[in-house]
Amino acid sequence: MNTPRRTDDLLEVENLTCRFAGVTAVDDLSFRVKAGEIKAVIGPNGAGKSTLFNMIAGVTRPTDGTIKFDGARIDRLPTHARARRGIARTFQNLQIFREMSVLENVMVGRHLRGRTTTLSGLLHLPSVGAEERAMEAAAMALLERFGLAAKAHAPAGSLAFGQMKVLELARALASEPRLLLLDEPAAGLPHAEADKMAETIRDLNRDGMTVLLVEHNMRMVMSLSHDILVLNNGRRIAEGTAEDVRRHPEVLSAYLGEEAADA
Amino acid sequence: MQTTTALLQVLSSGIGTGAVYALVALGFNVVFKSTGAMNFAQGEWVVMGGMVTALLIGTFSSVGLAVVAAVVLVGVVGLLSERLTVQPLKRPDALVITLVTIGLSIVSRSLVMLVLGKKPVGYAGFSGNTALSFGGVSIQSQTLWIIAITLAFLVVMHAFFERTILGKALRAAAADREAAAIVGVNVGSTVLLSFGIAALAGALAGAIVTPLTLASYDQGAIFGFKGFSAAMLGGLGSLPGAVVGGLALGLLEAFGSFYISSDFKDAIAFAVLLLILFVRPSGLLGRADIVKV
Repeated sequence: MNTPRRTDDLLEVENLTCRFAGVTAVDDLSFRVKAGEIKAVIGPNGAGKSTLFNMIAGVTRPTDGTIKFDGARIDRLPTHARARRGIARTFQNLQIFREMSVLENVMVGRHLRGRTTTLSGLLHLPSVGAEERAMEAAAMALLERFGLAAKAHAPAGSLAFGQMKVLELARALASEPRLLLLDEPAAGLPHAEADKMAETIRDLNRDGMTVLLVEHNMRMVMSLSHDILVLNNGRRIAEGTAEDVRRHPEVLSAYLGEEAADA
Repeated sequence: MQTTTALLQVLSSGIGTGAVYALVALGFNVVFKSTGAMNFAQGEWVVMGGMVTALLIGTFSSVGLAVVAAVVLVGVVGLLSERLTVQPLKRPDALVITLVTIGLSIVSRSLVMLVLGKKPVGYAGFSGNTALSFGGVSIQSQTLWIIAITLAFLVVMHAFFERTILGKALRAAAADREAAAIVGVNVGSTVLLSFGIAALAGALAGAIVTPLTLASYDQGAIFGFKGFSAAMLGGLGSLPGAVVGGLALGLLEAFGSFYISSDFKDAIAFAVLLLILFVRPSGLLGRADIVKV
């Protein structure tokens, strides 16, 4: 509780607990994410990974405990205010705006970077047009980087599944976040596309992005992560590098089983 | 020849009425999109638009200024209504908001009656009470104003939703509240904004139709009902649907009155509403939700 704050911790989770109607989804969990690292959260289904993500992003209220981002408490802030501080996420079950165009999806993601996003901003009409164009250009640049520029004006719902996952990532990056929460970025992707996604995440991290990742694809987790947190029944059962976690007896029995033995 | 003239006459009045219904339906749809709720106060804002304009005409001595001031004022009433009754809700689901707007409509009607009186009010058309004649077809000049102003408002709304980042944020929040909040859209303020836009659209409808119909504190329910029927007919939540539904309802009423009897005018909207609920609940432009696997 009273451990001094290390200056390179971007996210600090302390004694976090979440109970729903008698079920304790996350139980007195504490961990940190250092700026610039890729940290993975793994564990069997129902381990509390999604609840943890929802509490960090502000979708679910913790029953107890604190979450600090860049040294300041955020656990009482509404979702959009956390986005404003620099937290972005993708969803396990894609949540893109299907009826809007690919470009518009990214522009909405970028809307935090604008000044004319409020009612009062609308009154400065001349700057609205200029800002619109700047935002569109920035969104277009992101689409080009992720190979979606050709589809910019297509409805997002018309994209192939893998492209939708990439679009969701581009939308999250559009706000220029400092912490990226990725909820199963490789789920449902064929091998080659999953590898490409891993490569993209590694590139982002190389450019300084801090990533917290929930993923079932162990190959991806082991190759990408600097640090791995293993949850079971809402509690931490291990934390450390891929090597540490792989050898941890409790992890082997609780979760990884044969997969870890093979690796 | 006589019949053609009469038909054109009916057609023009149907389009005029339809334009007004389209504005009211647009108000319904904007709030429905952002909250999933039916806004029963929508009709009261129509009445307010007409009655406040009538009140301000004396002060401003210009109809144009009075209309603009009244529409802005009622827009503010819409914003205040949301902040006072919807925003404080602990559990703001669609049904609760719908119930709250029923209360809001009753309170609004009473306030209008107490502050602005029970007497029906009216004012001259924007170009006086003149009629223009096109080869024997005589059209009220106010009908042309109604069509032109509605068209201009729809163009502005379309540009707002399609071209501005705030409009896109509103559409995003309507499509997926959680995802919109995650990318930083303040969903609460998009609901606020939708009430403001709905009040603007309603007040504008009231301000432009009052020269033809007069405005009275107790007309809100029937305006709300017509707008709701138009919104259902076009497809709830669809902005082009509001236009199609409004025009279709206006024309049906006009031709129904002409061929059957004007006594049936209001019954036509009921009949349309029932028919659409039986046959095509998603409306003319609405799509049945297809879940993609």
